[in-house]
Amino acid sequence: MCNMSVEFAGLSFKNPVITASGTFGSGIEFSEFVDLNRLGGVVTKGVAVTPWEGNPTPRIAETYGGMLNAIGLQNPGMDVFLSRDLPFLENYDTVKIVNVCGKSKEEYIEAVKRLAESSADMLEINISCPNVKEGGIAFGQNPLMVEDITASIKKVAKQPVVMKLSPNVTDITETARAAEAGGADGISLINTLTGMKIDINRKTFALANKTGGLSGPCIKPVAVRMVWQAANAVKIPVIGMGGIASFEDALEFIMAGATLVSVGTANFRNPHVTEEIVEGIEDYLERNNISDIRELIGIVNR
Amino acid sequence: MTGRRKVSAQIRENGPIADGIYSMWLKSDEISATAKAGQFISIYTKDSSRLLPRPISICETDPKEGTVRLVYRVSGEGTRQFSLYGENDTAEILGPLGNGYCLSELNKAAKGRALTVVGGGIGIPPMLGLVKAYRENYPEAEINAVLGYRNSDTFLDEDFKKYSKVFYASDDGSIGIRGNVIDAIRHFGIESGVICACGPKPMLKGIKKYGEETDTVSYVSLEEKMACGIGACLACVCKTKETDSHSMVNNRRVCKDGPVFKSDEIEL
Repeated sequence: MCNMSVEFAGLSFKNPVITASGTFGSGIEFSEFVDLNRLGGVVTKGVAVTPWEGNPTPRIAETYGGMLNAIGLQNPGMDVFLSRDLPFLENYDTVKIVNVCGKSKEEYIEAVKRLAESSADMLEINISCPNVKEGGIAFGQNPLMVEDITASIKKVAKQPVVMKLSPNVTDITETARAAEAGGADGISLINTLTGMKIDINRKTFALANKTGGLSGPCIKPVAVRMVWQAANAVKIPVIGMGGIASFEDALEFIMAGATLVSVGTANFRNPHVTEEIVEGIEDYLERNNISDIRELIGIVNR
Repeated sequence: MTGRRKVSAQIRENGPIADGIYSMWLKSDEISATAKAGQFISIYTKDSSRLLPRPISICETDPKEGTVRLVYRVSGEGTRQFSLYGENDTAEILGPLGNGYCLSELNKAAKGRALTVVGGGIGIPPMLGLVKAYRENYPEAEINAVLGYRNSDTFLDEDFKKYSKVFYASDDGSIGIRGNVIDAIRHFGIESGVICACGPKPMLKGIKKYGEETDTVSYVSLEEKMACGIGACLACVCKTKETDSHSMVNNRRVCKDGPVFKSDEIEL
């Protein structure tokens, strides 16, 4: 039996496969299709202090090998999240990672404070959503703001803090280093790439929000490159994501330097995909006589 | 809890029944045995460059054969690929999904008066399963079907006639009255205790308004762009009158809380 477990920010994960925020809810719906106990962790859909309505529909559009979304971080707010979603995940043996969003620094801090006494094991801070007017990406594209908000959150957070970075920047290493300088315990990337689709029959934007975040297999090469660049720029561990749909994809990210991998859009094509990726990595290790998954993290640099 | 699976289903029949409209029978004992009228299935293309499932409403089931029928319009590359599937091909499917109609609730709402189903274009197929199930449960019930087509190139209407009276409306007047389904309801003087409708949004708005004006309970089946199809991604929401207890905002999930809604609970 090969070792599949990894350490990340002082937490132990039974395997490196976790979900990507916004694609998996809080696991309630997917638990009919996936044994959540098989996953390294579940990353919940972004939650804010108060409920958010999100954007008008259509909120998604399919593109070649991917999709655009502009959900707009609809969420039920912290009260319901703490009384319904998080207790649901407590029934499973998996690491609970809560994705946090806000429209201002104060809102992020308030949300992180509300989570302090909760059963959340780790926080992922969404400073990279391209689909909301306030907060989101506005914080994630400026290294100074990334460092500032990271430091402010770290002051109040009781759990390890992972900053989720935007690929919509000129140099990913700048925002990665800024998160590290602010005291982040880890970084996760990439969030979606801002894109657009025009519906030529309706002669207008396919999404009500005009622009949306591109995800899916089509973004994977960009994501692998950025994860590799970021992992080489910082000493804190990295969660890699962007178009992972198979165990082979997951291994690319791990070899590029990611300790954990998030699976997102692929859940829509195959609701069982996360478990299948865990099994696929186990088989790969077995077949290749690799006794420990940790040997593969960042192996391309060795 | 865990245990629901996406499955590979064998195709028993697949072919055109009108211009651009196809009928597909799939073998799935589970879906055939459990599906309710108004539910849908997610069907996936073989080509993963089209990665999202296509949500298609269940037209009818044949529990004896363990089969389920989808009637769909070829409207893009995904459905074009489905239209090429032959007998003994397989399709990846997930379902049944969504809430579907509760027959006893409809019967109660009808208060001994007629059930009228209204279908517009590709909204017609799920109404067939509904009239069929309602007829089986309530053999004496009065059932009307008001079907709106573009022209006389109709589909499924002969199937409806086995279970209900059929009234036609068409855009060009080549069959039934020239006009929309609301015009047909008025023209033919159709009286109903409860109305169930599926079709384009302007038609559903019309039905909601008609229901309010005539004090008739109405239900609508909504369509929206979906990603996961199981209630997790929040892509396919509709607006609600009251704050929804799940979302805590005025949104409900079409795929999970619907696609069938009582029309006084939602904003169209």
